[in-house]
Amino acid sequence: MVTVLEYKPSREGLGEALLEIADQYPQLVAIGADTANSTSLGKFAKKYPERFVNVGIAEQNAVGIAVGLSLVGKLPVVSTYAMFLAGRCWEEIRQSVCYNYSNVKLVGTHAGLTVGPDGASHQILEDIALMRVLPNMSVIVPSDANEAKVAVKKSLEKVGAVYIRLSREKLPVFTSPEEDFVIGKAKLLREGSDCGIISCGVMVYESLVAAEILEKQGINCRVINMHTVKPIDTEAIINTAKKCKCIVTCEEHQVYGGLGSAVAEVVIKNYPVPQRFVGIKDKFGESGPAEGLMLKYGLKAQHIVETVKEVIKYK
Amino acid sequence: MEKENIRYSELERLCKEFRKTILKIITEAGSGHPGGSLSVVEILTTLYYLHLNHNPKNPFDDKRDRVVLSKGHSCPALYVILAELGYFDKQELHNLRKVNSILQGHPARVYNGGDEVKFVPGIEVSTGSLGYGLSVAVGMALGFKMDNKQNLVFAICSDGEHQEGSIWEAIMFAGFKQLDNLIEIVDYNKLQQESRIDDSVSLEPLKEKYISFNWQVYEVDGHKISELDTALADAKKYKGKPKVIIAHTVKGKGVSFMENNVDWHGKAPSKELLEQALKELEGK
Repeated sequence: MVTVLEYKPSREGLGEALLEIADQYPQLVAIGADTANSTSLGKFAKKYPERFVNVGIAEQNAVGIAVGLSLVGKLPVVSTYAMFLAGRCWEEIRQSVCYNYSNVKLVGTHAGLTVGPDGASHQILEDIALMRVLPNMSVIVPSDANEAKVAVKKSLEKVGAVYIRLSREKLPVFTSPEEDFVIGKAKLLREGSDCGIISCGVMVYESLVAAEILEKQGINCRVINMHTVKPIDTEAIINTAKKCKCIVTCEEHQVYGGLGSAVAEVVIKNYPVPQRFVGIKDKFGESGPAEGLMLKYGLKAQHIVETVKEVIKYK
Repeated sequence: MEKENIRYSELERLCKEFRKTILKIITEAGSGHPGGSLSVVEILTTLYYLHLNHNPKNPFDDKRDRVVLSKGHSCPALYVILAELGYFDKQELHNLRKVNSILQGHPARVYNGGDEVKFVPGIEVSTGSLGYGLSVAVGMALGFKMDNKQNLVFAICSDGEHQEGSIWEAIMFAGFKQLDNLIEIVDYNKLQQESRIDDSVSLEPLKEKYISFNWQVYEVDGHKISELDTALADAKKYKGKPKVIIAHTVKGKGVSFMENNVDWHGKAPSKELLEQALKELEGK
């Protein structure tokens, strides 16, 4: 059984990380857009009011200001809902963050279908694709709150733009806070040779559950936590393709342009094997509880199980 | 006073030379934006020669003031001035818009076409997509305030880009935060790419808009160095608010067939027309 330590939104990793690390980075400045409490920056804002900027409901300005701050030596972390950060500000991120080679960290919270009852307007399912295509941008999709916390800390050590995608909903925490985390280096969670499952974000937990179900049916899966979608761990993908001869990718995101596409780009060039994609199939979400939506839109362990069985036929 | 007049006339002479070089390099490049480059000449010249704390020999000096050319398409004017000041070799001007040049069609802080990342001396922020520069300038001003630094930030914006919503987010924030280390200059040449601004979506009353957003406003003739100088001197001293100098200018200034003509927003003159323009400028 996958051990669940607790249930917690991954976004809380952001606030915890910044509070712990603030004294180590005197130039660190957090920027919110009327969303500090919901992104988990509230405590940081209270403790370090002189290092917190609330721009109001003006996300484009938040990104521009972050770039300006970084160009004069500050270390800005912008956080608001992923929809309004990666979505609304895409061009500012391209022109001002990336093209300036600025050292800005962007943390999009409330990403994906699991934001739930707020509905499709808030459920960004395109941000991995949008951020991944930008030069100078790294993209990290932590699988739980513990991983989110360490990812935020590691992103501050890295010079350059980073986008971190976090969730709103309380989700299973299953990684240890002490786990080693290297940006760009995937984690091998489970060994197996019948099928490779490569996942990011909330889908990592579902993948582990799926692997357990499949094991009972005599199918052994190799499960990879691909927390960094860019730069992607090419070696881990090639090794998985060689060992398993087929791959299923899982993401809480459109199947177009996200993790699945990034994996396919590596597979097709280096070691072509059949691949299937668990993700949203060119649709918007809708209101409802996170769990119910994952079930309806095909993001639960049972869907991964079905997909693994399907792709194995094409080995 | 006489000394100042001599200084002004020297700068006027320089402006004439800048205009000629701008037109030459745009013609050589075969494309570019002469109209908005010619309208901003006195603004940039007065700023760089009389007010900016900078050191072309040490372009990345921490103590320098920052300039954000938010109207990035006017970069030929900036390039010509930076070259004259010694930020880079004047020879580079002839590579404007060409492959392997640090002088991009719109300003790039980093030239990324080579094997290694190369920071372009004098270009503080990559711009070109309108409406973004002011937010970046605001962030710089905020950062200097946070660190109790004395550096000033100058943002050169176009009139047309005030039609972008993002500009107003920056204006609202700067006024509210009383960022008095920020000085914006609007090159109000009244024309945008396709039409007169007043024939698309007017900015008026612009001065009153800025006042209501809690900015200190100056209005000057943007081709009179003495007026720009006085406004900049006052703006640098004025405390408690961000400052904007609304500089009334003429698009295509100095070349009769370009002046106030939307056709010259974004195209290079032919060699024949360049000769005509240069003769005209020489006669002035």
